[in-house]
Amino acid sequence: MSAVVFRGGRVISPGSGLDGVMDLEVRDGLIAAFGDKVSDRGAEVVGVAGLVVSPGLVDMHVHLREPGEESKETVGTGTRAAAKGGVTSVACMPNTAPPLDTPATVLYLLGRVAKEGVVRVFPVGCVSQERKGEVLADLSALREAGVVAVSDDGDCVMNSLLAKRAMIYAKLLNIPIIEHAMDKDLADGGVVHEGRVSLTLGLAGVSPLAEEVVIARDLLLAEETGAHLHIAHLSTMRSVQMVRDAKHRGIRVTCEVTPHHLMLTDEAVKGFDTCAKVNPPLRDERSRRALVEGVLDGTIDAIASDHAPHGATDKDVEFNHAAFGVVGLETLLAVSLKVLGNAPGDLPRILARMTSAPARILGLDSGRLEVGRAADLTVFDEKEEFTFDSRTLVSKSRNTPFNGRTLKGRVVHTMVGGRFAVRDGSLQ
Amino acid sequence: MGIIGAGSGVAPEKFESRLRSKDLLGIEELDAGEIQMILNTADSLKEVAHHPIKKVPALRGRTVVNLFYEPSTRTRTSFELAALRLSADVVNIDVPTSSVSKGETLLDTARTLEAMSVDVIVMRHASSGAPHSLARHLKSSVVNAGDGQHEHPTQALLDLYTVREKFGSVEGKTITLVGDILHSRVAHSNLFAFTKLGAKVRFCGPPTLVPSELSALGAEVYYDLKEALTGADIVYVLRLQFERHRMGFLPSVRGYVKEYGITPERIKWANPDALVMHPGPMNRGIEISHDAADSPQSVIVAQVANGIAIRMAVLYLLETSRMREGQ
Amino acid sequence: MGAEKTRTTVVMDGEALGRAVTRIAHEIAEKNAGSLDDLIIVGIRARGDVLAKRIQVALNRRIEKQVPFGVLDITLYRDDVGSRAALPRSTDIPFSINGKIVVLIDDVLYTGRSVRAAMDALVDFGRPQGIQLVVLIDRGHRELPIKPDYVGKNIPTQPQANVKVELEETDGRDIVVVEEAA
Repeated sequence: MSAVVFRGGRVISPGSGLDGVMDLEVRDGLIAAFGDKVSDRGAEVVGVAGLVVSPGLVDMHVHLREPGEESKETVGTGTRAAAKGGVTSVACMPNTAPPLDTPATVLYLLGRVAKEGVVRVFPVGCVSQERKGEVLADLSALREAGVVAVSDDGDCVMNSLLAKRAMIYAKLLNIPIIEHAMDKDLADGGVVHEGRVSLTLGLAGVSPLAEEVVIARDLLLAEETGAHLHIAHLSTMRSVQMVRDAKHRGIRVTCEVTPHHLMLTDEAVKGFDTCAKVNPPLRDERSRRALVEGVLDGTIDAIASDHAPHGATDKDVEFNHAAFGVVGLETLLAVSLKVLGNAPGDLPRILARMTSAPARILGLDSGRLEVGRAADLTVFDEKEEFTFDSRTLVSKSRNTPFNGRTLKGRVVHTMVGGRFAVRDGSLQ
Repeated sequence: MGIIGAGSGVAPEKFESRLRSKDLLGIEELDAGEIQMILNTADSLKEVAHHPIKKVPALRGRTVVNLFYEPSTRTRTSFELAALRLSADVVNIDVPTSSVSKGETLLDTARTLEAMSVDVIVMRHASSGAPHSLARHLKSSVVNAGDGQHEHPTQALLDLYTVREKFGSVEGKTITLVGDILHSRVAHSNLFAFTKLGAKVRFCGPPTLVPSELSALGAEVYYDLKEALTGADIVYVLRLQFERHRMGFLPSVRGYVKEYGITPERIKWANPDALVMHPGPMNRGIEISHDAADSPQSVIVAQVANGIAIRMAVLYLLETSRMREGQ
Repeated sequence: MGAEKTRTTVVMDGEALGRAVTRIAHEIAEKNAGSLDDLIIVGIRARGDVLAKRIQVALNRRIEKQVPFGVLDITLYRDDVGSRAALPRSTDIPFSINGKIVVLIDDVLYTGRSVRAAMDALVDFGRPQGIQLVVLIDRGHRELPIKPDYVGKNIPTQPQANVKVELEETDGRDIVVVEEAA
């Protein structure tokens, strides 16, 4: 196979504590050497001076829409979008049609990935059969088929007994259970954050309590069962505090936040822009700042896009009828760096949230640059600011709230297993 | 008042007319100058109802479509008469709510109407923001006749007009709105309208229907009716929707009437010449007693007449702007 | 238009204007000698109504009667409705015009379209016995077959010229000027 030497970049591997300007050698799909141990014998030399070389980004919350909603996205288009955004590993959610609640569907998906995927895809299986929240799915069979976690994402597991049992099994199977914390009754059909903006726009609001009440319950269940609880897309100030306290008490909880929750508030909804309609909703400035603080102090482990493609049929309708969700694979890095990447020492910490931390949560082999590991890496310019144009998206859907906004960080190369998926900013 | 007589000392060229937007989607987007302009225009148009021929040719040949996704005889009739008195052609489309699922036809409806070269679409819809998404796709003017729980701009304008007619001006007055503020688009629009013209707005009702966050929008929130009405120049009574009781917002309708129902005795808590207003239709005996509705202080009937004048003014101003743009 | 130089010519000063008003009032009285009781005066906003008021005062004095007076706003009847910036103002004709002789008064007669709009408006108010037209200035260039019955002064003008009538009540002085490019 081939060999590539990346010359002169700032190599950062947060999981291994590596951060310095050095060369990196990739050979036969694996990382072969760093720094002065690098040999460029028979290798293609790629100059990356002034750029950052990091482990390939790991986005642990993505909706690929296959099977069932291929008009919005497919494994092919979704993984290409991932590569464009510098993401080399993706964990995809099971709320497909049919959902990933049986081994057969999981294996079907993995077959599609083998055929069309350009980055690594790790499926998340359902907690309950058909995601109805009534009867447990066959979690061990799902594990055998290859799921790395279970979740009923899109919905919350409302039945507390079911949630408890799911956690017991998840612990047994040594996989995390990912909770979409949103109490359906408290949410009461809300479509935006309950606050000044919802009152002004006359839209039903979602109280922060709808999220916090579920987190409170799940933390108690996790403490009791010893399961690894992972809370998806955190959105409120109190949620961050609850996780912080729980970690201090030694509960096995991890959590993630989306880039859009880090950058935007409910003001983005003004004008009834459905491209800012997400679940959980964008909250107020106080919450946003608490989320940013949570990422910087480590309370929030991972940044994950919750990439949720929707077409015009689902978004170009009345606000309360519009589907929830925004795409995010291609803007994961650029939005995160724009919001967080201001102090020079921050970069390794921020990268950890998108590499080593999500990899560790899901038990993946990715997220680190170490000799002998698969050569999944992302090379990017961390300083370049640009105005984002949604027309440049390669995803099949264009529902993004960032159109026209200034973002920071441009992906130059994306390498998966030693092969370029993106080179000089273009898909290969 | 309102009739500018000969020799009033004002050079005629001073009367400029231009609304900034091609649509009237809400009061929030209007500035005080535009609001005054609409009220002044309504002054002139109000008299058409008293001419022997209740019509002027100003909008001759223009087409106004009443697109009502929520039933409403009175608002629709008011818009219809306003358009007819300006000599426009009117088409009424009543879309039964049960057959429209998920609103996926809204975009298609917009395209169809545009293809038919309709000039103005007056729209009432159960979803907040529906007229906004329609307006984005159309070159025609869109007038919001009520969207979900968001706004009902022509109602607020006619309410302002009625108060101005009775008091001479709105500035410095205190208006107390009583009832289900949370779900009332009329309350929202009136909040924006009255504060923009310098009045003080108070909200009063049960806590489940009058969240305290409303004070962040500029209103004073009261839960005690007597306190809310003391010092008020206008008592504005909102309709109580019985579904709210069913949905658990109210323990009982009788309890509501006991605490917040408007009666002649309670009207006395307000200022001596206070106006009693209601956007209609009234639930007599519920939010407002029979005697209160028919009291000499009630201007509820005037509101209806003014509604047509205001809607004529809105149609006139929107359409003449578009004509100027060559549409 | 600011860069071009304009030449301003006074075509009627205050005194001449006053004399024209008086003369017109007398002509109206003479022409309608047998039917003075049927006369009503309607001025077209804006400035036509101011002139009409002066003419009414002069006429009342001449015939020793009070001639009914009304004001007409033609904004809603213009065939170019919306092309001007002006808002519609009120029309105030507080009496029936059926069977009456309406003396319609405007300041400047040009294309004739304003008068056509005024007649349309009047017809919506009732069925007068007849309409007679008074104008202070007739500047020619008619586009419709409209002929005034009483004229203050005939002033031939170029189409590009601007005829400005100013009146004490609205503009602070009585004067009529013609502005054209130098």
